Amino acid sequence: VASEIHAPAHVTHVHPAHDEHDGHDGHEGHHGPVQHQFDDINQQRESNTLGMWLFLATEVMMFGGLFFAYSLYRGMYPGAFHVGSEHLNITLGTANTFVLLFSSLTMALAVHAASEGKTRRMVGWLFFTWLLGAAFIGIKAIEWGHDYDIGLIPGVNWTYYDKHPDELHHLEAQNTGVNQVMMYWVIYFCMTGLHAIHMVVGLGLVLTFIILGARGRFEKGNEQPVEIMGLYWHLVDIIWIFLFPLLYLIAGFHPGKGGH
Amino acid sequence: MAAHATTRGGDHGPKRAEHHVVPIPVYLWVFAALMVLLIVTLVAAAFDLGAWNLPIAMTIAVAKALLVVLYFMHVRYNSRLVWTFAAAGLFWLSILFVLTLTDYLSRGWLETPGK
Repeated sequence: VASEIHAPAHVTHVHPAHDEHDGHDGHEGHHGPVQHQFDDINQQRESNTLGMWLFLATEVMMFGGLFFAYSLYRGMYPGAFHVGSEHLNITLGTANTFVLLFSSLTMALAVHAASEGKTRRMVGWLFFTWLLGAAFIGIKAIEWGHDYDIGLIPGVNWTYYDKHPDELHHLEAQNTGVNQVMMYWVIYFCMTGLHAIHMVVGLGLVLTFIILGARGRFEKGNEQPVEIMGLYWHLVDIIWIFLFPLLYLIAGFHPGKGGH
Repeated sequence: MAAHATTRGGDHGPKRAEHHVVPIPVYLWVFAALMVLLIVTLVAAAFDLGAWNLPIAMTIAVAKALLVVLYFMHVRYNSRLVWTFAAAGLFWLSILFVLTLTDYLSRGWLETPGK
């Protein structure tokens, strides 16, 4: 097998027409433009995919630092994370999880439409995806606005419990302190904030692809950028899949009790 | 040249994603599974299972992430090289966690002279 692969591969390089074992086509022109540094569209596709996954690995590392900080501080101050998490609105968090998972489906359908050369359908799904992404940011803004109004945003002179001394018994029950609860909020806003920045970037990308797609930039053979951009969108979705249980569900889900 | 030939051979793992346009019903089933898992997460959180709540929630989250990676992100249909790149991110993440935790978790083990 080895000799079969080595020798003809070189021949293939020089004389594509003489390639005996080339089951799938490696001929240029069939699938749109191939950049001159690539042998064929398949090699180009794989290079593009690998490049994006390499970028996504760096994204995993960037969020990884925050996930590590989360793990460390939750391990040290479990009670503080319990108290902090009780302030979050699980209904809105669940709604946002649904919205993002749904947007991943619509993005996958946009990529599917692009791969079949159905540009109008692709633009339609991308627009739907954009609306869902915007809805996510809107719901997050409602949550953050509420946090700001009641004084949960951490700061140097954090006065939340000075203004709400009636809630101090929650801290005693969980054997924790004010500064430790503030650490939960620091981590909460850093993680959801970095995620939201990625959502805003994603919205910009989707909007750009809607405009370029409507102009016919991703006709059959040129559709791979849509798939590459979709990989980014899905990764941001995956980050939220982990953020939701880690931030919202620490104190459990009590439907009858009502949120704060 | 050898590596180049290997990626062309076709007998080393799946061929190109181009040859695997995922049928739409697959996407719909994956989405349905994601919705079921979201409900299971909430149901599991409604019960106080003590130390078990966190591992259960994380297991469900990993299952959801795997569905997205394998189907929505097409990794299941990509070459082994793409699999490797996707796994590399998690491998580096595990280095970050393991090495940093060995520091933090072992800090109290030895007494510091003069302290």
